[in-house]
Amino acid sequence: MAVSTADSMPAGVPAALDTFPRLLLAHARTRPDRPAIREKDLGIWQRWTWAEAAQEVRGMACGLAELGFKRGDRLAIIGDNRPRLYWAMCAAQMLGGIPVPMYQDAVAQEMIFVLQDAGIHIAIVEDQEQVDKLLEVKDQCPELLHIIYDDPRGLRHYTQPFLHELEGMIAGGKTYDKTHASFLEQEIAVGRPDDVAIMLYTSGTTGKPKGVCQTHGALIAAARGGCSFDKLDETGEILSYLPMAWVGDNLFSYAQALVAGFTVNCPESSETVVTDLREIGPSYYFAPPRVFENLLTQVMIRMEDAGTLKRKMFHYFMDVAKRCGADVLDGKPVGGRDRLLYALGDLFVYGPLKNVLGMSRIRVAYTAGAAIGPDLFRFYRSIGINLKQLYGQTETCAYVCLQPDGQIKLDSVGLPAPGVEIKIADSGEILVKGPMLLKEYYQRPDATAESINAEGYFMTGDAGFIDEDGHLKIIDRAKDVGKLNNGAVFAPNYIENKLKFFSYIKEAVAFGHHRDMACAFINIDIGAVGNWAERRGMPYSGYNDLAGKSEVYELIQECIEQVNADLAHDAMVADTQIHRFLILHKELDPDDDELTRTRKVRRNFVSEKYAVLIDALYSGKATQFIETEVKFEDGRKGKVSADLVIRDVKTFPAVSRRAA
Amino acid sequence: MTRQIGEVILDLQNVSLSFGGVNALTDISFDVREHEIRAIIGPNGAGKSSMLNVINGVYRPQAGEIILRGEHFRQMNPYKAACAGIARTFQNIALFKGMSVLDNIMTGRNLKMKANIFQQAFWMGAARREELEHRAKVEEIIDFLEIQHIRKTPVGRLPYGLQKRVDLARALAMEPQILLLDEPMAGMNIEEKQDMSRFILDVNDQMGTTIVLIEHDMGVVMDVSDRVVVLDYGKKIGDGSPDEVRGNPEVISAYLGASH
Repeated sequence: MAVSTADSMPAGVPAALDTFPRLLLAHARTRPDRPAIREKDLGIWQRWTWAEAAQEVRGMACGLAELGFKRGDRLAIIGDNRPRLYWAMCAAQMLGGIPVPMYQDAVAQEMIFVLQDAGIHIAIVEDQEQVDKLLEVKDQCPELLHIIYDDPRGLRHYTQPFLHELEGMIAGGKTYDKTHASFLEQEIAVGRPDDVAIMLYTSGTTGKPKGVCQTHGALIAAARGGCSFDKLDETGEILSYLPMAWVGDNLFSYAQALVAGFTVNCPESSETVVTDLREIGPSYYFAPPRVFENLLTQVMIRMEDAGTLKRKMFHYFMDVAKRCGADVLDGKPVGGRDRLLYALGDLFVYGPLKNVLGMSRIRVAYTAGAAIGPDLFRFYRSIGINLKQLYGQTETCAYVCLQPDGQIKLDSVGLPAPGVEIKIADSGEILVKGPMLLKEYYQRPDATAESINAEGYFMTGDAGFIDEDGHLKIIDRAKDVGKLNNGAVFAPNYIENKLKFFSYIKEAVAFGHHRDMACAFINIDIGAVGNWAERRGMPYSGYNDLAGKSEVYELIQECIEQVNADLAHDAMVADTQIHRFLILHKELDPDDDELTRTRKVRRNFVSEKYAVLIDALYSGKATQFIETEVKFEDGRKGKVSADLVIRDVKTFPAVSRRAA
Repeated sequence: MTRQIGEVILDLQNVSLSFGGVNALTDISFDVREHEIRAIIGPNGAGKSSMLNVINGVYRPQAGEIILRGEHFRQMNPYKAACAGIARTFQNIALFKGMSVLDNIMTGRNLKMKANIFQQAFWMGAARREELEHRAKVEEIIDFLEIQHIRKTPVGRLPYGLQKRVDLARALAMEPQILLLDEPMAGMNIEEKQDMSRFILDVNDQMGTTIVLIEHDMGVVMDVSDRVVVLDYGKKIGDGSPDEVRGNPEVISAYLGASH
């Protein structure tokens, strides 16, 4: 079973625009005065045009060259989304080097691996925090020769000769560029589309992180495909707030921005994203399901605190939207009365709500990274936000499947993207092929050979199938899909996603492979449950205390029973209803290695760490004592302990399709 | 650190303060040098806050003198103190709860506003230009203290740790030469304390502000301050570098607890 779509590259693109530096210079020539990038600084949005951006990048490239950066060298880039860090990527590429963006919230020890593996000589970092981390591990990374920082604050007294301020480096580079104009032109001319453009480290859900090498050609093909698919052009605006080390940000804020020429906006700080989103009102938006979930949770919390009239209006019109909103968006026929009510709803509720969320101008919004709850997905679409799903990995430039406008199915990730070919292996694993595939894993020919088969297909590790309309449906990670002892298919993600749709549940981990029944760990959402507790006048001191309250257990139990009732309706998963659960005494945290940096549960790690709790779930105990070590943000350690209550949940007999 | 500690900028000589029959401060002398961080420590009721209140003129001592940059003051008052470049924060945060963070910090610029009340009321040219300049300065402070995300939030809705930071921001808006901090870290958790210590050191280092601070957390005091003065029952019982103070037997028995 194979599906492919015709290669639909936009016609008329000059063949020479096949590397990112060439694209940048082309924009600087053809639309010099359009805004290329903005950043909010000191309360005001600062803007750089394409011509200005190109000058900065050239200066940075020459500065890097003066420090000895050569073709093929790797450049570490660490920090929040800042214009200069994006420019640093392009500057490295101008010289034929390879930028390696790294997760800015990683602790120093976690950075060692990438710094060593990639053989980093030069790092460009955002501020003192990142400089301190690199200084901490510099002895273990002897190859690291220069550290360049963007924000000099707090660094005045650092006297190390290998520390440089970016500002000075750019200024020096610009002077050099003026006197040696042909230097960069030659370097850019030597660049080829099959040069590696970027190295992104996989988050490491499985084993050690691997550096995924993507070429200019692969990223540009993925970006062109995406831009033509969604008709993105230079008038677009995007807010770039997701980690630069993540492939999605690279595709959307860098590759597509350079291909289509739209404007990238960098938030003031990671805490101001919601405000910045509202000020910018992007036309193109990308967020993992978690962000959409948090936004909805906040809206719901605020609605519960709103006056009676507003609350009634909200719920009435949300019912209208649920009934016909998605059809209005998809251009399907809708009755006259509903159309009128929807228009009124738009005036009174959806419009203002979208405005508050900063989504009034959104033409296309995407989500990916994890499955999105159907109700969550439906909510955004029903209020008129064209939210779609896509599917892809770091290894495929986050570009495999896209949902086309007007053909949205809640449980599929859409059609194969332009130029991509998809095949389902006999094992159910999804295999993909196309111009966007990785060149290799850096210095890991073994891993490269393991993940690309003899026919040139990349093995995604996801299990799924293609439905009658050609849409791809993902069930779970191929290795996570297990079986209960009675043989029923157990897809933990599927169950967890259903649980996580409740605003009270932040994280869930379901167990059931090789067991008689399914059980789950729950993390409550401190914001939503805290608000719920406040309204009931329940005092609590923190997460640990709140999570242990019997009222909270009641609340969560109700949620789980609803999920069970829902599962009972589907014969495939009716056997995997949750029988017992407990609420964890601490939030799962990437600092404790329980989540990846992209906040996915590391299932095996969690089940080993909390083995005693799993035993308690399956041995029928009513409580279990546990003590856990936690790491604080600064790297120090502490302990939390609790007597966890375990509860049984009502399960429902499977409802057969005929009866229903 | 290469920060240069300069001459004596503030000198307190034989200050005594009593409320009726209670002697809050008895014959206290100590000095503060330019650009240093000077801590005042002591058990509850030792007279630490009274000491700060004497410095910025809230209390008038019965005896003694305050010498600020060579100028002798028998009677300081808060307005004079503010004009002379002394700003302070409060133990019990004294912000305008209903006003936004931005507006609260803007109040710190009050002394620097030159436009008259009519120009301000009618938003006339001079007042408008001036406000833009002040706003730019306030934005620098907001950036410095990393409170961009709460710029427009009413202070009353903020958690305690952030309110403390806004209090500091307002004091900084005065661009003071001497900053008096009354228990800036009381009631904070470890992370908030670390953040606050960082900010205090940064203020001192980058703005060159002289800082006099009262603090209970010994770890913080010993880490951030250049010199420490120790009070007990209104009397000075120790004065010197953190190490000297730590080794002073009288201080150990009064505050740190005698080793048995």
